[in-house]
Amino acid sequence: MADNSSLIRDSYQTVIEGGKHWSLNVSAGTLLRLTDIEGGANVGMLFYNPHNPLERYNAPDTLKCQHTFKLTKGHCLYSDMGRIFCSLVEDSNGWHDTVCGNSTKKSVAARWGEKSYQVHRNGWTQNGHDAFLVEAAKYGLGRRDLAANVNWFSKAAVAEDGALSFDAGNAKPGSFVELRFEMDTLVLLHTCPHPLNTAKEYPRKPVKVALSKAAEVIADDFCMNSRPENLRGFANTDLYKLCGCKA
Amino acid sequence: MHRTNTQHTLTTRRSSLLPGEAVFRYVIPAGEYWIDTLRSGQRLRIVDVEGNQAADTLFFNAADVADRYSAVDTIREQGNVYLSYGSKLLSTAGNVLAEIVADTVGRHDTLGGACASESNTVRYDLEKRTMHSCRDSYLLALAQHEALGMSKRDLTHNINFFMNVPVTPDGGLTFADGVSGPGQYVEMLAAMDIIVLISNCPQLNNPCNAYNPTPLEVIIWDADVQ
Repeated sequence: MADNSSLIRDSYQTVIEGGKHWSLNVSAGTLLRLTDIEGGANVGMLFYNPHNPLERYNAPDTLKCQHTFKLTKGHCLYSDMGRIFCSLVEDSNGWHDTVCGNSTKKSVAARWGEKSYQVHRNGWTQNGHDAFLVEAAKYGLGRRDLAANVNWFSKAAVAEDGALSFDAGNAKPGSFVELRFEMDTLVLLHTCPHPLNTAKEYPRKPVKVALSKAAEVIADDFCMNSRPENLRGFANTDLYKLCGCKA
Repeated sequence: MHRTNTQHTLTTRRSSLLPGEAVFRYVIPAGEYWIDTLRSGQRLRIVDVEGNQAADTLFFNAADVADRYSAVDTIREQGNVYLSYGSKLLSTAGNVLAEIVADTVGRHDTLGGACASESNTVRYDLEKRTMHSCRDSYLLALAQHEALGMSKRDLTHNINFFMNVPVTPDGGLTFADGVSGPGQYVEMLAAMDIIVLISNCPQLNNPCNAYNPTPLEVIIWDADVQ
């Protein structure tokens, strides 16, 4: 029998090349760290309750509950059921977007030209929307289940009059963000370009994904105490566990 | 109700349509919903009858309900987080569902989503879970219109007409006093056959409506009325 014992035990890390997609189920207590290896990366991400995928990441609730437009350390990502999928326990970046959605086949073709799989093989220009559709379909989910996603490492600032602008310098080499999962969560992700990225070439930026076990949440936890709303979000999540639900 | 001193001048545009020439008028009491299909070319006006009342609104392509209003695609493609005169309301497939062709307010929110029993527990108190919410109205609407084939999966991020939710340059989200008022309205031109679902927001915990939810009126004109 081959000795694979060193392959996966208490931790695992891998590199997802730019323009690709992946999905995984993580249980409560998992720590997921994303690192922008070269700078300029974007990671699109969606979250679902694997025991009932009708419960899903809700960007408007996440933003209004914490009176924020950006995501950074101390914030929690909420489901539409008032529970917390994960907490942002570390962030070297300071601003992650959750209102700009995804690149599409049309937008990628318009900006960078379409590179087909037939001709370009692994160098084809995948788009965020189709990437999510593929990963979602693995769990029986489809178009109707997609929602506003997070775009890790990407910043879109807002001017006084509401104008949105993409900050191409936000994602620096070595930037990282660490998510501590408070519930069992189905995570869909892609590394396709942010839809407002106007880089000259299709940005094919690799991202390191590292998984490990998180430390126990303690009473003075930074995320739980960062706002009174988050104490209540954690209480809702605890109530779910109290009732014996897998979380 | 005071008005916010918005430094940026808001663009407004009145409509020339007369209520007397409308084909449909209906007052939605606070805490209730309205769902109907608009045909391509019809115009829908939503009137904030008493002022600063949230009209939580969703649009669906009537021929393919999975192709529905997308807040993120709409704001990204127009390059602005607020909706106002001229905003094209885009679907998840990038189609124009409707366009705002008149607006006496100048700014509407599409970042804040609808209130729900569950988000109310987070925002206000766990013991407020039984209070009425927009999402409850949405769920009832879909349950009572089963023929449409829609369910909770189809309840996506909506528009809050008449609500003012400014984003600050450092990335904060604020819930400012309304910029709407009694009799203010917004009018949409349907670019295709669309299903419209409005929850007249029952929220009693937020100063946005002065803790006093009030009626909205919807008015529809046919395409041939100018």
